[in-house]
Amino acid sequence: MADVKKIATREGYSDTLVELIDEIDNLYVFDADLAGATKTSKVKKAHPDRFFDCGIAEQNMMSIAAGMAACGNIVFASSFAMFASGRAFEQIRNSIAYPNLNVKIGATHGGISVGEDGASHQCCEDISLMRTIPNMTVIVPADDTEARLATRAVANMYGPCYLRFGRLAVPVVFDSNYKFEIGKGVVLSEGTDVTIIANGLMVEKTIEAGKQLQNQGISARVVNMATVKPIDRELVLDSAAKTGAIVTVEEHNIIGGLGSAVCEVVCEEKPVPVLRVGVNDVFGKSGPAVELLEIFGLSTANIVETAKKAVALKK
Amino acid sequence: MDFSEKKQLSLKACKVRQHIIEGTFNAKSGHPGGSLSAADIITYLYFKEMRVDPKNPKWEDRDRFVLSKGHAAPALYGALAAKGFFPEDEIKNLRKPASFLQGHPDMKGVPGVDMSTGSLGQGVSCAVGMALAGKVAGKDYRVYAVLGDGEIQEGQVWEAAMFAAHKKLDNLTVFIDNNNLQIDGTMDEVNSPYPIPEKFEAFGWHTVEIDGHDFDQIEKAVEEAKSVKDKPTAVIMHTVKGKGVSFMEDQVGWHGVAPNAEQYENAMNELKAQYSALEAE
Repeated sequence: MADVKKIATREGYSDTLVELIDEIDNLYVFDADLAGATKTSKVKKAHPDRFFDCGIAEQNMMSIAAGMAACGNIVFASSFAMFASGRAFEQIRNSIAYPNLNVKIGATHGGISVGEDGASHQCCEDISLMRTIPNMTVIVPADDTEARLATRAVANMYGPCYLRFGRLAVPVVFDSNYKFEIGKGVVLSEGTDVTIIANGLMVEKTIEAGKQLQNQGISARVVNMATVKPIDRELVLDSAAKTGAIVTVEEHNIIGGLGSAVCEVVCEEKPVPVLRVGVNDVFGKSGPAVELLEIFGLSTANIVETAKKAVALKK
Repeated sequence: MDFSEKKQLSLKACKVRQHIIEGTFNAKSGHPGGSLSAADIITYLYFKEMRVDPKNPKWEDRDRFVLSKGHAAPALYGALAAKGFFPEDEIKNLRKPASFLQGHPDMKGVPGVDMSTGSLGQGVSCAVGMALAGKVAGKDYRVYAVLGDGEIQEGQVWEAAMFAAHKKLDNLTVFIDNNNLQIDGTMDEVNSPYPIPEKFEAFGWHTVEIDGHDFDQIEKAVEEAKSVKDKPTAVIMHTVKGKGVSFMEDQVGWHGVAPNAEQYENAMNELKAQYSALEAE
């Protein structure tokens, strides 16, 4: 694994924005004094006439984006996940989503892999917050390839979207043949005993967990579920029917995110055991991202153990 | 402004006030006080100033209006109906499930509404975004917003003010409906934002103070704003909450309460008498 290329998903996000501005003449990018960190500074450099820095005023940024979009523009508004989804939640709800305006929120630094900055900046609630807003599409890309494809895909669909990117450089798991479609999960490997549904930086660890389970005689279907809303009901139900147990894996509070979305579908139509791997309803803390992921149970070992428990729960 | 033009505007404003009373009475809820205080400025904008087309409400080059104090929706709906964006009869269905007239402005459902508002402080930022969009697209449309005086207690208003001045958005004019009353009392009792002009000036805005019920002064302020370069303009309008209905005037209790049947009759009789008197002038 040592030679696997690692890159943070925020890089592909901004690279794609630079490309998209060449192709789409009414696309604008906003940031709130974090352009260096979100990487929209690349847009500022390449297309200064399409970039607006709103300063440290996320609420105003979201509503300005709504006003720009109401005049027929596509606006990507970026900040850290904490401030985008948290501080500006109500602006996103009322200014953007209620009138169904074409604003894309590119939130970087999601989850505890923010690292040393600690709990105040480690947003593990954003998917839950955004998922509950009508009209909103919510996507958590797994790697650089998917980040680029998702950014392009949301630019080409109408309506509000929340894209969650990370700070940490993560392995590129998908090659150039990878197909991304909003609202569709992707089966990365087939299995019969349990399905493990992951997104974001946990996909790579889940693929590894699937291999380890295979070596231990457990056949796991591994699914990448980048789109949390609208969730791919068909694939969730197919997985429930075919494997009889599900484990969800996300860098987010186990309340309200991917795990909850999967549970909602399963409960309604095909009840099977669902165990959720994620941040266990606690705040994060400072430390190197890689260590924090282990400390908070976002590890291959925990996915393997949880998958075994899920299999044991099957009748 | 000549006599005849002022008379026509006054008649329209009186009609808008009747719609406010009609709508809130039938809805048995709503915000008559702040709607009545904003009726004159909204009437002026739609009937004298703004480049709009009721037959083409989404016209790209239209002037934009954002009612940042979204609870004054009955005043906006009254003006839009009087202007012909939708039938005036619809006002009776305000706030009812089968109607498109939501309690607060909904741009997806109401012809002529340029921005959905209701949560205070957000509309002004949306107006700033529209003004910015006009600038970057090289369009000559202007953007108008009406804010409540209590609304400017919201921090977002000042984020918007800072950005609008920083971007030199001289195509933006904001009106502060300074009726001095908010839900919990007078501005001074609750959390004083005074002095208002100095605050906007400190943020880099051009400011004008006027009587918000005087069409001559409104016209002068609007024209002045159009002539100012490189700065947005804030027009601080001294107004009377409940203006036009004697028993509602300057009464904090008429913020979010609808008239009952007797009050409705009295209010409509007053407004109809005002209308007749104006016609006879």
